[in-house]
Amino acid sequence: MPELLVAFSYKDVLFLLQGALVTIAMCAMAFSCGLVVALLIGLIRTARRFPALRWIGWGYVEIFRGTPLLMQIFIAYFGLSILGLELPRFVAVSIPLILYTGAYMGEIVRAGVEAVSRGQWEAGWSLGMSYRQLMRYVVAPVAVRIMIPPSVGFLVQLVKGTSLAYVVGYVELTRAGYIISQSTYATMLVFTLVGAIYFGINYPLSLASQRLEIRLKRHA
Amino acid sequence: MSYTFHWEVPLRNLPQFLWGALATLEMSGVACLLGLLVAVCAALARLSKHRFLRGAATAYVEAIRNTPFIVQLFYVYFGLVVVGVNLEAFSVAIITLTINCGAYSTEIIRAGIQSIHRGQTEAGLSLGMTHWQVFRHVILLPTLRVVWPPLASQFIATMLGSSVASQISAEELTYAGMMLESRTFRTFEIFFFITILYFLMARLFSFLFSLTGHKVFREAWGQL
Repeated sequence: MPELLVAFSYKDVLFLLQGALVTIAMCAMAFSCGLVVALLIGLIRTARRFPALRWIGWGYVEIFRGTPLLMQIFIAYFGLSILGLELPRFVAVSIPLILYTGAYMGEIVRAGVEAVSRGQWEAGWSLGMSYRQLMRYVVAPVAVRIMIPPSVGFLVQLVKGTSLAYVVGYVELTRAGYIISQSTYATMLVFTLVGAIYFGINYPLSLASQRLEIRLKRHA
Repeated sequence: MSYTFHWEVPLRNLPQFLWGALATLEMSGVACLLGLLVAVCAALARLSKHRFLRGAATAYVEAIRNTPFIVQLFYVYFGLVVVGVNLEAFSVAIITLTINCGAYSTEIIRAGIQSIHRGQTEAGLSLGMTHWQVFRHVILLPTLRVVWPPLASQFIATMLGSSVASQISAEELTYAGMMLESRTFRTFEIFFFITILYFLMARLFSFLFSLTGHKVFREAWGQL
């Protein structure tokens, strides 16, 4: 079908690359804000003295990991407009992604905090450290190292997750591909390109995550 | 907030949703079983001595794990049309879900197979077991037993991910919701209700896995 490909030009490639930039921007937004949520969730899930908080954290994680991201995007997107909030579309599609990141990264934070042995906590307490000092000087140095490989792995999942913003019509990489495929009919070419761009973003992250994990195991 | 909720809309159309939920369970159930078959083959290929087999399996796993499911879905959906195969959307969704779930499960199964010591295989062979018997009793069953919990998480993720199949109009739960939404415009209520159904189905999957783990591998309860 070479005659169909004539309609496909470098402008379409530029449009796809723009879409890729939007995808990356969404990821950056969701990951940075999601990390704040995740720290909160991770800390309240490991708070031994506050069972009620622990239950809230548990419920949050269960809900966001037990329902489809597609539904979370639908609900947040339409829910926000019911609340009467007129948010820019970028923010409206980022909010469910932020909450989603909070749940998955929250579990990674929790695993990191729990990896610090009980004895080290007790040593910190008995030295008279406050909770903040304990977290800062005893827990964080160990936990952060453990958290890095799975966090990079989660980034891959997040990049893939942003493609679902497609369903509310937000023009990121997947929607950009869909629009071009409809206008040029070079469907297979376009989706091969879209897939290749996602692969180009994700594969280095996947490799990095694997390498970091191997290195962490070696030094453990 | 001047919005009046109409929860009776999803409640009155409960039969449609239950039908959709069954379709989702069917779609993802078939895809998970086929995906498991694909995964066992691909995991063996990834561990094989032949460079070509190893390379092909690695390429398959990496290509699928680093691209979004929705793009894979469009690719298969339009690709089949280009090569002249006309399948209904539901079948296309099952095929794509199988390919997707297979790639993720390959890594899980490979890790499981690698956790079985080489000595066990040799012990089996020296007891006079055939290669097939060794594969079945010494490698496959113990592997499945080890990887049952991560496999369960993967299958639940596949089931939740199958909601994306609504985007090629495969008739499952999310699609049922979209149809009702286009008639009633009660977007929030409908999707909220559907989300609850997905949550319950995820619990059901988890329970079924726990049950089969208990029955097949004689594992203790509550491992999942």
